[in-house]
Amino acid sequence: MTASAITENALLRTERVTIRFGGLTAVSNLDLQIGRNELVGLIGPNGAGKTTVFNLITGVYQPTAGQIFFDGQSIVGHQPYRITVRGIARTFQNIRLFPSLTVFDNVRTVFHLHLRGDVRHALWRGRAFWDEEQEIAGQVRELLEIFHLEKSAGAPAKSLNYGDQRRLEIVRALAARPKLLLLDEPAAGMNPNEKTDLMRLIQFIKGKFQISVLLVEHDMQVVMGICERIAVLDYGVKIAEGRPDEVRRNPKVIEAYLGEEMKNEDGG
Amino acid sequence: MRFRHAKLLLLAALGLSLLISLFANRINPYALFVLYNIGINIILAVSLNLINGYTGQFSLGHAGFMAVGAYTAAVITNQFGVLNGFESGALFFGALLAGGLFAAVVGLLVGLPTLRLKGDYLAIVTLGFGEIIRVIFQNMNAVGAARGLSVMHGYTNFFWVFGFAAVTIYVVTALVHSTYGRGFIAVRDDEIAAEAMGINTTKYKVSAFVIGSFFAGVAGGLYAHSIQFLTPSGFGFMLSITFVVMVILGGMGNTSGVILAAVLLTLMPEGLRKLAGYPHLGWIGDTRMIIYSLMLIVLMLARPQGLFSRRKKFQGATS
Repeated sequence: MTASAITENALLRTERVTIRFGGLTAVSNLDLQIGRNELVGLIGPNGAGKTTVFNLITGVYQPTAGQIFFDGQSIVGHQPYRITVRGIARTFQNIRLFPSLTVFDNVRTVFHLHLRGDVRHALWRGRAFWDEEQEIAGQVRELLEIFHLEKSAGAPAKSLNYGDQRRLEIVRALAARPKLLLLDEPAAGMNPNEKTDLMRLIQFIKGKFQISVLLVEHDMQVVMGICERIAVLDYGVKIAEGRPDEVRRNPKVIEAYLGEEMKNEDGG
Repeated sequence: MRFRHAKLLLLAALGLSLLISLFANRINPYALFVLYNIGINIILAVSLNLINGYTGQFSLGHAGFMAVGAYTAAVITNQFGVLNGFESGALFFGALLAGGLFAAVVGLLVGLPTLRLKGDYLAIVTLGFGEIIRVIFQNMNAVGAARGLSVMHGYTNFFWVFGFAAVTIYVVTALVHSTYGRGFIAVRDDEIAAEAMGINTTKYKVSAFVIGSFFAGVAGGLYAHSIQFLTPSGFGFMLSITFVVMVILGGMGNTSGVILAAVLLTLMPEGLRKLAGYPHLGWIGDTRMIIYSLMLIVLMLARPQGLFSRRKKFQGATS
């Protein structure tokens, strides 16, 4: 699938997005599109601006120039929580759970987005409140079961092991019922077995929840293994885009980033 | 915690306070005064716990909001002469609510600009605002300025104090034990993650601040009609620090612990004062504030996570 083919119906579209921090142009004229139910990878050497792109999409940073459209509407200038409400959820490169809340409550907290009643329900604690809380508890448990975290539901999030914390972050993001899920280096710090599990998990999520995924990742095995399309950033500029095998062969990419690794792979 | 029968418990607490207030004339006045102070301090500590403990916003201005409520309620009731039982009850209730609402409005005005700040910076700014409120009363001739304000009617009784303490505990607990209210703790644990999960962190922080200020104002009104004389210097920042100590000692974000700490810290100075009356213990009377401070230091060294907290150590979100 080429970039132009999905222009009409893209879920997320950035148009010539640029951000400067003082004299440094961190991202320059970035055009990026993510189609519906598509799994796109964003790669690049250290400091290429990948996480900055995430922060631009989620409203943490405001672009110096350019536009970002989600579901056909501009989201530039919206506060981060509003963008989440619109349907973009993310995970963090350095895990950011709510450490003192239980695993259950970490997910439950996000369900405030779907509450029918407001704070008055919580204060009155009538029938409607308890019904809704019960419904939420059921949905939280369902989500935790899908990701095999139901056994630790009552434990504080900080007591989970590293891999489970990463998975809980993904569950928590999914609880927001996003249309687009942004994963920031989910394989960081994982061993090969965990990486294989993670790849399966990401593909499973995409199918099960019918969402698009944008994946920032250092690990080539993961990115090349599951992404349908890959965009390559170098010094804030998109230098290549295409199917994994196209990107793999692209001389610019090899020069910027993959050089050593590709030769080794060919040799092996 | 299920918190299922909360409403029943609240009604029971209200009924019990009413019942005790009917027999209050049998309790000796000094003990009654100390009991009122306990109830008032419970309201202040539990409401501050919503701001400092659950939401993690370090406020040092609680005495300021208490002062706003105290002066507002006192000025209102001073407009009226002696009333019969029902009328005075209605007037007092209205005055307490007015004091609470005015404190909440001030809390909103203070909270909107300052809650962008975090940690130490927020503490300093709220401290400054608390002092500004005190200095305004100190220079306001209409309320007696530095000479102080006499409160003509001692309307405060057992029912009002412990009724409002029960309402405060109910509101804070009910809020926090709901899907909506988990957002307060999420903001404390990790503000960036909370925002990314769709939580309007500004709204949560300001709500906590406004609700906390409201109950501080109500407590101020109760205090005014119990002690019956207000001086601006009585609402200095040392008082705010006393409430913060109650919250920390009870364990940040642990309501039952904070209630116990409020009781303990109200009784401790009184107990030391009492001891001073015995032979050979006169020195305690002279040094009771030193003993009090030393006890605080020892408690904090021995139980940094809070006296009544089961958690190993409070893990705050500082970033």
